[in-house]
Amino acid sequence: MAMRSIHVQTTINGQPAEFLCEPRQSLLEVLRDVLRLTGTKEGCNDGNCGACTVEMDGRIVPACLVLGAEAEGARILTVEGIAEGGALHPVQAAFLEGAALQCGVCTPGFIVAAKVLLDANPDPTESEIRLWLANNLCRCTGYDKIVRSVQAAAKIRQETAA
Amino acid sequence: MSSATTAKAEAAASASRRNGSGDSQDYEPNMVLATRHFDVVGTRPVRHDGTDKVTGRAIYGADLTLPDSLHGAVLRSPHAHARIRSIDTSKAEAMDGVHAVVTADDLPPAEDKQVDVGEGMTRLAYVHGNILANGKVLYQGHAIVAVAARNAHIAQEAARAIEVDYELLPSSMTAPEAMAPEAEVLHEDLFTKEFGEETARPSNIAEHFRWTLGDVGDGFGRSSVVAERTFDTATVHQGYIEPHNVTALWNHDGRLHIWCSTQGAFVVRDVTAKVLEIPVSNIKVTPLEIGGGFGGKIPVYLEPVAALLSRKTGRPVKMVMTREDVFIGTGPTAGSHVRVKVGASADGQLQALEASLAYEAGAYPGSYVAPGGMCIFAPYDCANVSVDCYDVVVNKPSCAAYRAPGAPQAAFAAEQVIDEVAERLGIDPVEFRLQNCSKEGTRRVDGPKFRRIGCEEVLRAVQDHPHWSAPLGGQNRGRGVAVGFWFNVGLESSCTLNVNTDGTVHLVEGSTDIGGTRTSIAMQAAEVLGISAEEILPEVVDTDSVGFTSVTGGSRTTFATGWAAHDAAQKIVAEMRSRAGKLWGVGPEAVEHEKGVYSCNGKSIGFRELAAKASRTGGPVSATATVKPRGVGGSFSADIVDVEVDLETGKVDILRFTAVQDVGKAVHPSYVEGQMQGGSVQGIGWALNEEYFMGDDGTMRNSSLLDYRMPTVLDLPMIDTCIVEVANPGHPFGVRGVGEANIIPPPAAIANAIRRAAGVRLQRLPMSPPAVWAAVDKARGMAA
Repeated sequence: MAMRSIHVQTTINGQPAEFLCEPRQSLLEVLRDVLRLTGTKEGCNDGNCGACTVEMDGRIVPACLVLGAEAEGARILTVEGIAEGGALHPVQAAFLEGAALQCGVCTPGFIVAAKVLLDANPDPTESEIRLWLANNLCRCTGYDKIVRSVQAAAKIRQETAA
Repeated sequence: MSSATTAKAEAAASASRRNGSGDSQDYEPNMVLATRHFDVVGTRPVRHDGTDKVTGRAIYGADLTLPDSLHGAVLRSPHAHARIRSIDTSKAEAMDGVHAVVTADDLPPAEDKQVDVGEGMTRLAYVHGNILANGKVLYQGHAIVAVAARNAHIAQEAARAIEVDYELLPSSMTAPEAMAPEAEVLHEDLFTKEFGEETARPSNIAEHFRWTLGDVGDGFGRSSVVAERTFDTATVHQGYIEPHNVTALWNHDGRLHIWCSTQGAFVVRDVTAKVLEIPVSNIKVTPLEIGGGFGGKIPVYLEPVAALLSRKTGRPVKMVMTREDVFIGTGPTAGSHVRVKVGASADGQLQALEASLAYEAGAYPGSYVAPGGMCIFAPYDCANVSVDCYDVVVNKPSCAAYRAPGAPQAAFAAEQVIDEVAERLGIDPVEFRLQNCSKEGTRRVDGPKFRRIGCEEVLRAVQDHPHWSAPLGGQNRGRGVAVGFWFNVGLESSCTLNVNTDGTVHLVEGSTDIGGTRTSIAMQAAEVLGISAEEILPEVVDTDSVGFTSVTGGSRTTFATGWAAHDAAQKIVAEMRSRAGKLWGVGPEAVEHEKGVYSCNGKSIGFRELAAKASRTGGPVSATATVKPRGVGGSFSADIVDVEVDLETGKVDILRFTAVQDVGKAVHPSYVEGQMQGGSVQGIGWALNEEYFMGDDGTMRNSSLLDYRMPTVLDLPMIDTCIVEVANPGHPFGVRGVGEANIIPPPAAIANAIRRAAGVRLQRLPMSPPAVWAAVDKARGMAA
């Protein structure tokens, strides 16, 4: 029953990476179990909670619905790669200031999703934020402080850019 | 009213300290009645574990993989109720990569004794039976066999290869079904406890008891308006995003080390010790970060199983539940069947309150019907009250606590009938509640008299809130209000403070941090020591490294572990006075302490400077305190909610939502608001969408996060908060606890809003589009 492993070359958080994975292993499994990047969380393993959200070639994807083998040649960003050098990304800083996390297990998915949103749309409206984050479940906060923190992060980014 | 002016001024100051985007029109000022000023308590520092949690570095249970680990999986029952004729594990055991298999036969037989499972006692046999089924399966999802294998995929395949021969039995899915005389009995050895006495006939009613005050017959006789209705609520799940997980290593020296995500590391230790019949001192539990719990991560499911697999294989065994396992094998909270009757005289005075609550415990007794009965009429001062409670076993997963367990179902019923009586009397619903509200000295039906409480203040805050008088606008819109009570708990906590020579202080505690409690506990120590929150470095440690600490639950963590931190800090202050005295050749009694500065006869020294001299003044400075506090203060919460009902589809939209809660003292207002917002939204989900859809065969048909519909960010408006602070005289900083009361009123408040929007009263949760549409359609049919 042993399955042949697949050799994959990819880019993760700006660094070249290569790994061996089974054909059935998801990108989420590879990140967590093979590469030990455990910041990306598993909440449901069927694409419905958003805890495993990563950026893949500029799009947000649930890593549980991508096969490890599909990472070949891709450019992947996980929560571990969001901070820039020694400084937190504005989304991370705003989440801390705005108390946008309680248990924190959904937080990596929200931070990756919000970062990609602000890359594409630096000044989103509240409804644009809500629509964009609708695939990320949070059971602790009621979302209020998450939405406000994304709004605050947008302001920080604009002020820094100005 | 000078006190009101003070409250407003404080409120304005408090509002101006708010963080966030600055568009504060959604936020209303907090009502601050506890006007004592603190330097640290009441501020909003960044939480100590925050950076780890926004960078992905925090280690949650499933993030730990020890070298040489095996991975486990559990075979669960596909049937709601069946006898197990035989289990054949041979095919699984023969598979390449499978290392061990365990069944109930591997557990030591359960002694006939009670065991403390975190927030109460239960029979050890029930804990055993739920961990691995013994002879019978009592619900779909009941764990039967566990497998350890080289990886999780192989373990799951092996679990599927196990053959179990079942004899199917009839099942009961609701309390009324299970209470019927012809219902199949789940437990042959379960006899109804009736008013404290055990009866002789096996039954699914585990317990029936009654609390009374006065004479309800008299009260109803004096009433000019009497309303009575019956309500049902569906089973719902806590819905934490992180599935249950564990790693266990039963070492060759007999020591068992468990790493897991739990609300109570000591509960895991103590229950595992009882189940496996080993001393607690042989077990060390290291709590890793926890991804939500809401009560559902108090019970022990996987830990003893992983331990047995580890003992068989001599290797660490890691187990992580799938989302489906979480839905069918853990949690849920009781579905309920509640009848409420309310009588009032024409002048708006409540004369009699009567309720009968039958709650589904799931497979084993313990539905949290008692707290439902304690809380159902707690907001009201009424001389004649009668509450009957039935704890009923059904063929669903064994109930776990869920945020104010038992109270939301009760409030859904009571707060609608209260509203109806107010409506029939032509009295404003808030005015009616205020006229009858509980105060200091009011006796609750279950016995205790209230000490200082904030029921009236919460209702006044509702009445004074701009939301209550704002125009609704639009068609098919309605505004509802409801109030809820939760008593909160104290239990036991420990805390150690170690002063570093750079003036910082390590704080060691045992309360797993689900929502920022490292910081709310550290802030209380900082307040006493007169240093900043950032100078306290809190750490949640394993069960070998801190004194016993009860669960993170019952809204107790900031209250009780914070109190232990307060007491340990008092001891540090006493020691530091003595150290300063040594420097100056005077006794400690001659040294004054204020805000981190120690002084005597014109000389003074700061905390940091004094800490640096620890070695010269007698060595390390350290203190431990333990508490079992008695001064628990209950919390009242009320909501104002505006809804719009789509009469064509039955969909209900929340237009505006304001949560009001008496928290005693908000130690960290941002996280207090967060608790209020989070509890409110869980209540909104419970109200409008969430339910276990059960097939006729008793199996759950929606065990995924797609089909079990929890609120998303797109379903909601901002959730406004109004913190009311009626200081709890039983706590050094006036803390009551904030975690739970906020989930109680939302379903009832939304039902009351739907009544005003669409003219229909919903008597079943959830009030999902099909249910609302059917009610509207029926009302139209009757009108036509």
